[in-house]
Amino acid sequence: MQLTGAQALIKSLEMQGVDVMFGLPGGAILPVYDPIIDSSIRHILVRHEQGAGHMAEGYAMVTGKPGVAMVTSGPGATNIVTPLANAYMDSTPLVVVSGQVATGSIGTDAFQECDITGVTMGITKHNWLIKDVDDIPRVVAAAFHVATTGRPGPVLIDFPKDIANATMEWYWPTSVDDLDLPGYHPLTVGDPGLVRQAAELIRSAHRPVLYVGGGVLKARAAEALRVLAERTGIPVVTTLMARGAFPDSHPQCLGMPGMHGHYTAVTAMQRSDLLISLGARFDDRVTGKISAFAPDAKIIHVDIDPAELGKVRQADVGIAGDCRLVVEELLSAMDASGDAPVAQDLAPWWGQIHGWQEQFPLYYDHAEGGAIKPQMVVEQLRDAAPDDAIVVSGVGQHQMWASQYWQFDYPYTWVNSGGAGTMGFAVPASIGAKVGRPDRTVWAIDGDGCFQMTAQELVTATAEQIPVKIAILNNAYLGMVRQWQEMFYEERYSEVYLSPDLPDYVKWAEAMGCVGIRAESPEDVGPAIEKANSIDDRPVVVDFRTDAFEKVFPMVAAGQSNDDIVVHPDQAGRAR
Amino acid sequence: MSPAQLSSLPGGRTGKPRHHILSVLVENKAGVLSRVAGLFSRRGFNIYSLAVAPTDENEHFSRITIVVDVESAPLEQVIMQLDKLVNVVSIGELSPAEAVERELLLVTVHVGPTERSQVIQLVGVFGGDVVSVGTDRITIMLAGRPEKIDDFEGLLEQYTVVELQRTGRVALPKLDRH
Repeated sequence: MQLTGAQALIKSLEMQGVDVMFGLPGGAILPVYDPIIDSSIRHILVRHEQGAGHMAEGYAMVTGKPGVAMVTSGPGATNIVTPLANAYMDSTPLVVVSGQVATGSIGTDAFQECDITGVTMGITKHNWLIKDVDDIPRVVAAAFHVATTGRPGPVLIDFPKDIANATMEWYWPTSVDDLDLPGYHPLTVGDPGLVRQAAELIRSAHRPVLYVGGGVLKARAAEALRVLAERTGIPVVTTLMARGAFPDSHPQCLGMPGMHGHYTAVTAMQRSDLLISLGARFDDRVTGKISAFAPDAKIIHVDIDPAELGKVRQADVGIAGDCRLVVEELLSAMDASGDAPVAQDLAPWWGQIHGWQEQFPLYYDHAEGGAIKPQMVVEQLRDAAPDDAIVVSGVGQHQMWASQYWQFDYPYTWVNSGGAGTMGFAVPASIGAKVGRPDRTVWAIDGDGCFQMTAQELVTATAEQIPVKIAILNNAYLGMVRQWQEMFYEERYSEVYLSPDLPDYVKWAEAMGCVGIRAESPEDVGPAIEKANSIDDRPVVVDFRTDAFEKVFPMVAAGQSNDDIVVHPDQAGRAR
Repeated sequence: MSPAQLSSLPGGRTGKPRHHILSVLVENKAGVLSRVAGLFSRRGFNIYSLAVAPTDENEHFSRITIVVDVESAPLEQVIMQLDKLVNVVSIGELSPAEAVERELLLVTVHVGPTERSQVIQLVGVFGGDVVSVGTDRITIMLAGRPEKIDDFEGLLEQYTVVELQRTGRVALPKLDRH
């Protein structure tokens, strides 16, 4: 069967099981858009290529399938650089196809030419420039294989226009050996000797903590983790990337660690004598000052990426492997040791932990009257949403409040930009999440600064009938920066004020075909949420005018030790 | 390794070499060198020298010999990160004591009538070759251990060096005789 390069590309995507992709056409990618008309793949036309990338990420994070985006050359391709960088930091599988000028024009500074494989080399797991039409099926299959195996990540295929127009004899690679990847051998199973050593360390620890990162979700290891936690009785912290990997409602869950983590999660890690790190990478936002992080703890570090072992903190037992497989091996190793207890009596440790939980629960000042508290909005959104609702956030104060005050009881219900901290992530990512899980309620909890960066994608949502719900915690500021300027720059506020009513978010929402709702006082919050939840045929935007002076607590200042965690002023006097 | 040889290495006389040699087999594809070099700069690792050429007849693979300044990052981390590049097929780590290292030097020296024979004699002592001769300058080729090249380069200092080019070292493991 003879196909054009463009047809072969689309057919290859169909062969990979792609059911939806996000994109925006242009000159160099034009030939590829023609066979899309006849394809089974749903194409969602975005308003900016950054939106396509974040939608693909949102889709991937809730479905576990790779997100697919297609853009044209030059500015189309550079506009998707931020999503690629974001997906690289958060290990999200993405396949991005970018148009490229014809092979004969490459290097001549042709119209809309950009060396996008060069630009994205450091922010993709791998990328390909196709120079031979016969390579298309093989490269597409290789791209999906690389994106989804080992440590997942984004890949890019650069696709010159003349290759799209050339013809080839169709084939489809039937095995991994046909993909021409002689240097790619992702690990899966952990070394049994190391697993036994890990089981020994767990058996002898008196103050262990399971430090759970996003890798547990990537490995679909939530169930195995629950078995391990319950079998050993060890407390669990879930990082920002792992919220939902272990139920917040579980009595062993201590919540989120890190810069704005729960006091108990942060402190339990600091005092721990054994950290069992599963799919986490000792990010600076978790460890604080690294030399002061968990000083008495031995480290078991499980990660599918061997380069993570010892990158930041040397492990006592470092196991390269898939988190689910390694946890299952660990459980088998515990079975094999017969009737011997798998852990020490952890009652004294739990006694300490319960003391911290009692003294320093999450807290904000509920004072009656006055402005809407952003935390209260999150609580009311949570209480009015189905248990399995998906929550998406941007980056900043609203993200921390969403992570702190939502109750995540299911995996893949939390979508946010962790490592890269990409403002503007929430609106497009929520659209992608809703496309991936149309059966679920999808709430984006966004900031006013973030919303203004990518709000135009709500036009896409309306046009494509993707009924997402957006809650703007509108405090009229770039709130997290404002908080730092208040705390560390003597309240010298530099370029952080945005205004509560410029733009008018309700009118803007309406102009984009959404329902716009405003809540100006605490008593408006409940009815606004109720109204938003009653609408299911179009996107909804709720403008919550929140208290501009509210700060995120607890907080570990940048570069400080986690021992110096700052709690809410109302809790400051309490014994630690 | 003798103290004299050690002194010519980047590690100086500390006795602990600061450099390590990585022999990296890569797919011979467009942009691979850029991926490797980009990884080093992105992760803050320093390259001391680098040499690259195809290794097989069909030119499917190339070998990149990288001399790494190991004080810039733990060697293990450099190797692990390199290994993540999809085009990197295998990585061999060679400590200087376990490796055969060679390097090539081309140097053009300005020589007056009296200096010409002195320099040619020196080339003979080191086992080099005169590869090009002009009216008042000659170009010399010398291949050998990097320390030997260092010595030769030092001895040339008393003459006027017009141009000098070293290839950077290539290396393979020393063979086991047991």
